[in-house]
Amino acid sequence: MSLLDFLRPRPKNTANIARERLRIIVAQERVTRDGPDYLPLLRNELLEVIRKYVHVGADAVQINVERSSEGEVLELSVALPEAGKATGTSG
Amino acid sequence: MTETIVITSGKGGVGKTTTSASLASGLAQRGHKTAVIDFDVGLRNLDLIMGCERRVVYDFVNVIQGEATLKQALIRDKRHENLYVLAASQTRDKDALTQEGVGRVLDELKQDGFEYIMCDSPAGIEKGAHLAMYFADRAVVVVNPEVSSVRDSDRILGLLSSKTRRAEKGEGPGAQQLLLTRYNPVRVEAGEMMSVGDVEEILGIPVLGVIPESENVLAASNSGVPVIHDAGSIAGQAYADAVSRLLGEDAAMRFVDAPKKGFFKRMFGT
Repeated sequence: MSLLDFLRPRPKNTANIARERLRIIVAQERVTRDGPDYLPLLRNELLEVIRKYVHVGADAVQINVERSSEGEVLELSVALPEAGKATGTSG
Repeated sequence: MTETIVITSGKGGVGKTTTSASLASGLAQRGHKTAVIDFDVGLRNLDLIMGCERRVVYDFVNVIQGEATLKQALIRDKRHENLYVLAASQTRDKDALTQEGVGRVLDELKQDGFEYIMCDSPAGIEKGAHLAMYFADRAVVVVNPEVSSVRDSDRILGLLSSKTRRAEKGEGPGAQQLLLTRYNPVRVEAGEMMSVGDVEEILGIPVLGVIPESENVLAASNSGVPVIHDAGSIAGQAYADAVSRLLGEDAAMRFVDAPKKGFFKRMFGT
């Protein structure tokens, strides 16, 4: 860095931002990539149904496909908001 | 023994063809009989980068469809007599390449004693890209230290581990390595560009090489001479290092750190 650099506006460390964004999206895409093509769609529809009853964030529904010798297991987990904070509405 | 290597990336414009041309030239330079095949049907370009565009008579699709023999279609490189180019066809028919046909051509190359077959994949995840990777023993994923390229590379890694012959046979995905191109150590140091380590960590596969951003790459494609022949350029030297590593040799990673600035530059910048 030179003396003159102090006079210029400095860009943020955008490389760190890029790295963090990629970490999250890549991890998310890896979960569904080995499964059937309908997984992302299924996840979105489930999210819509759940949102009819509870307010949850876009990342509340996690889907995982586990393979074993007996076949495939579709694992679903839904993170509900903490009690008290929940602002459930009826659909 | 033949090794089939796919050069792939998902995203376009990251340097697949430049890399295919330089790695293939490097392997030939080191004495290995090598073929480099353009899988980008409809958008042939490897011939231009290799500087043999005016010598293309028959192409990959002609061979698959039986309109020419492999011998007629292989173009011998001007600089290395053990290097051959198989051009893509300029047809618009995307179904011109078939899995059976590609397999047949690769088998014939193996019988002809080729030690390395380099498959230059088109961008995207369509048929051409699928066929380029299908028969590969090894994959080199070309990536720029930039968000869309890294994400697309991860997608390609997913395909490599499920949609190749090796994967279908249950032999595992084969070796996968990253080749970073357009790397700018000064911008990395300034926090403006992801580092080799960042990209390696996100994608989770080892690095075969890092090619620094260099004006010589454009000069090389302008003149149809793969940049590895420009031994004075840092990009050429970085490709030569990558070839050494491809051959299993140890080569220290060069050109990944920003050059140290002198006193005057530190005070007054560039």
